[in-house]
Amino acid sequence: MSAAKQLPRWADLTLLPVIGLVAALLVSGGVIALLGESPAQALKLMVSGAFGTQDAIGYSLYYATNFIFTGLAVAVAFHAGLFNIGGEGQAYIGGLMSGLVCLALGHWPFWAVLPAAVVAGAAGGAAWAFIPAWLQAKRGSHIVITTIMFNFIASSLMTYLLVNVLIKPGQQSPETREFSGSTVMPAAHELLARIGITFTPSPLNLAFGLALAASVLVWIFLWRTRWGYELRVTGQNPAAAVYAGISPPRVIVAAMLLSGALAGCLGLNELMGSQHRIVIDFPAGAGFVGIAVALMGRNHPVGIFFAAVLFGALYQGGSQLSFDMPKINRDMVVVIQGLVILACGAMENLFRVPLAALFGAFGGAVPPPRDRAGEGTRPPAGKQS
Amino acid sequence: MTAPALELRDVDKRFGAVHANRAIRFAVTAGSVHGLIGENGAGKSTLMNIVYGFHRADRGEIRVHGRPVEIHRPHDAIAAGIGMVHQHFMLVENFTVLENVVLGVEGGPILAGRLAHARAELEKLARDYGLEVPLDTAVGTLPVGLQQRVEILKALYRGAEILILDEPTAVLTPQEADQLFKMLGRLRAQGKTVILVTHKLREIMAITDRVTVMRQGAVVAEIETKATSPRELAEKMVGRSVLLQVEKGAACPGAPLLVARDLEVPDDQGVPRVKGVSFELRAGEIVGLAGVSGNGQSELLEALAGTRAPSRGEILFQGRNLVADALGPRERRHLGLAHVPEDRLRFGVVAAFAAQYNAILGYQDRPEYNRGLLTNEAAILAGCERKMAKFDVRPPNPRQRFSSFSGGNQQKLVIARELDGDPAVLLVGQPTRGVDIGAIEFIHQRLVALRDAGKALFLVSVELDEILALADRILVINNGEIVGELARAEATEEKLGLLMAGVREGRG
Repeated sequence: MSAAKQLPRWADLTLLPVIGLVAALLVSGGVIALLGESPAQALKLMVSGAFGTQDAIGYSLYYATNFIFTGLAVAVAFHAGLFNIGGEGQAYIGGLMSGLVCLALGHWPFWAVLPAAVVAGAAGGAAWAFIPAWLQAKRGSHIVITTIMFNFIASSLMTYLLVNVLIKPGQQSPETREFSGSTVMPAAHELLARIGITFTPSPLNLAFGLALAASVLVWIFLWRTRWGYELRVTGQNPAAAVYAGISPPRVIVAAMLLSGALAGCLGLNELMGSQHRIVIDFPAGAGFVGIAVALMGRNHPVGIFFAAVLFGALYQGGSQLSFDMPKINRDMVVVIQGLVILACGAMENLFRVPLAALFGAFGGAVPPPRDRAGEGTRPPAGKQS
Repeated sequence: MTAPALELRDVDKRFGAVHANRAIRFAVTAGSVHGLIGENGAGKSTLMNIVYGFHRADRGEIRVHGRPVEIHRPHDAIAAGIGMVHQHFMLVENFTVLENVVLGVEGGPILAGRLAHARAELEKLARDYGLEVPLDTAVGTLPVGLQQRVEILKALYRGAEILILDEPTAVLTPQEADQLFKMLGRLRAQGKTVILVTHKLREIMAITDRVTVMRQGAVVAEIETKATSPRELAEKMVGRSVLLQVEKGAACPGAPLLVARDLEVPDDQGVPRVKGVSFELRAGEIVGLAGVSGNGQSELLEALAGTRAPSRGEILFQGRNLVADALGPRERRHLGLAHVPEDRLRFGVVAAFAAQYNAILGYQDRPEYNRGLLTNEAAILAGCERKMAKFDVRPPNPRQRFSSFSGGNQQKLVIARELDGDPAVLLVGQPTRGVDIGAIEFIHQRLVALRDAGKALFLVSVELDEILALADRILVINNGEIVGELARAEATEEKLGLLMAGVREGRG
């Protein structure tokens, strides 16, 4: 019996992540001070590095685009009760498919390449998610284990393909030839220039718009269609789903296909938008950051957007910081990111409990715990272990 | 006169705007069984949670054997000799009984000595109170009744003189409940004090010496059990007079609507739980299925509803054979077969969703709730308001989280949902489990009204009183077989009891 008090919804959605972020920054500041640098100066450098100039903003949002795709992927699976750790591999294979479309259809106009690349990327990611999904649905193989395994398989497969098959002849680095100009995602500064706005060149590109569109579509799907409803019912209570005539194995497969498809769109930003070729290890951990983004964003597209921007800013601001403060190297930046994940995800209850108590002390919006007497409807605890 | 074992003086507790306990005065005589009764939300669990240290009272004093005590956490309560057995057990299923009892009081890093000591102690407790439990069996493999016994042993092993039991019979069969009451009798005889928190009048009448009635956070009566009656207690709980017996006229059964033939249904392990059951449900009658819990009722109900596949037999409904055609729950609902599951929180709802989204569960694909590819939010909301109004669900707020409704209002919403599509046959399992008296009366009246409107009802309940109150015809199930069929007029508790125990007429 835990007499846990509940936080008001708004505090759960906004206050808690902000407190977690502040705590992570305070600890990071301590570490930076230990290294002999000024934490205030570091924070200033980081914020200006992420948002100080137009191209800084461009870079931050460019990174955020990757995290929106992978964050949405994790969230969709999560609502179906599945923990998809395989975003990295799904993004890798999805990107491969998008990239192959760009290589093959170099002579097509962009408006024809774009839908083909989107479909190919989504299909590639979905295909990579399908086998773990099918194994989970039919054989009960745990999705966490199988998706992790599939990350490794994807990584090995891509290394093989890039080193032995797709590599541009006559060069050492494992990457393909460059995409032709008509298959490259229009950059944000080019698009903005067309409507008369000058913006410093940055890798930010049309894929950011696609990520926002995907966010809206995911929201509509999850909360405004009966399939999304059935997916969420299955995630919350599989037994009730069966009772309602929903087939959990089908939902599991469908949710994972959708999740994989979202992760598979990462190549649209990373390859078509920035690298303009297929390079080795282009997801660069974005699949895993997506887990943190979904966690911090409460598995809601709006939250995911803000969390993705935060992590994009940490990436961009962090690399600026390591550039300006030699004592703080890349690894220190990873430490800061790790602390944010720790504070906002893993240690959330550290802040939730006292915060709830604080709200409780000031009365008001806290709903009272119900008198649970007489509710003989639950089985003895732990029967499903 | 000796001091009461437990005395509460003016205990007061607020949660925000809710005044959960109002200046409670409560005294329990040492060596007695004291009942604490009230509807859901009356504040009895809050009060017991204050005594056990889960909540702190805003004001007031707790005295144990006349001495004032400060209870800030369960540890303090245990030190004061208070033990609590929760409705939902707090046991580690993979651990043996012995390990569970010792858990938390190991007293050092080396277990062996403590375990040996505990074993001797538990064997003594088992002898003294008739609490035999196999000490070396994993708790998860024990039946529910024995798991509860382990909880009681845990409390006694920690030196409890005052034992609080929160809704102890909610998970028990009638037989297990009787055993529990015998056990409580023995505890009383040995001088222990027992507080029984319940909303079941029968239990209060059967075992307690005195009873305290709570309503809306306040104590409204404290009475000698001998000097009161179930009717009086019910009235004090609800605050108005209550019909304990449903008023209903004679049934006039019509044509058979649903026919089950030679059904065999396996459980998850593939063991047949229903063995060749045949029966029919006629329009305008309520057929009750009586039996000790775990004799195949749940599997039979699930097979009829389509959530569990029979291994043999047929179910004929609306000119179709539901088994051969492999129709799932969705198709069966479309044909007019509605189902109120036995365990609503586990099977019938998504507790974390708002009421309005629970009010369409199973009906989410109906055209009225959809507009093209999208859901029709306005229709879902309006539909929920309509269902809530029809069944007097309180508060009538479709946006409120389902889990924050009381048990009775949850059940009313589930029944309202299942009746909204105007089904021909209603399967209903444990319709009033975890439901307070006022709502029981309402639900029973609605079920009878449904019968009178020419529907067929199949009622599965472990409460024999409920079967006797509602059913026109009673089937008795034992070990997966129908061992008897009685018209309501010829059914008595004794006859049913014998049949439920597997004693067949003419053989036993």
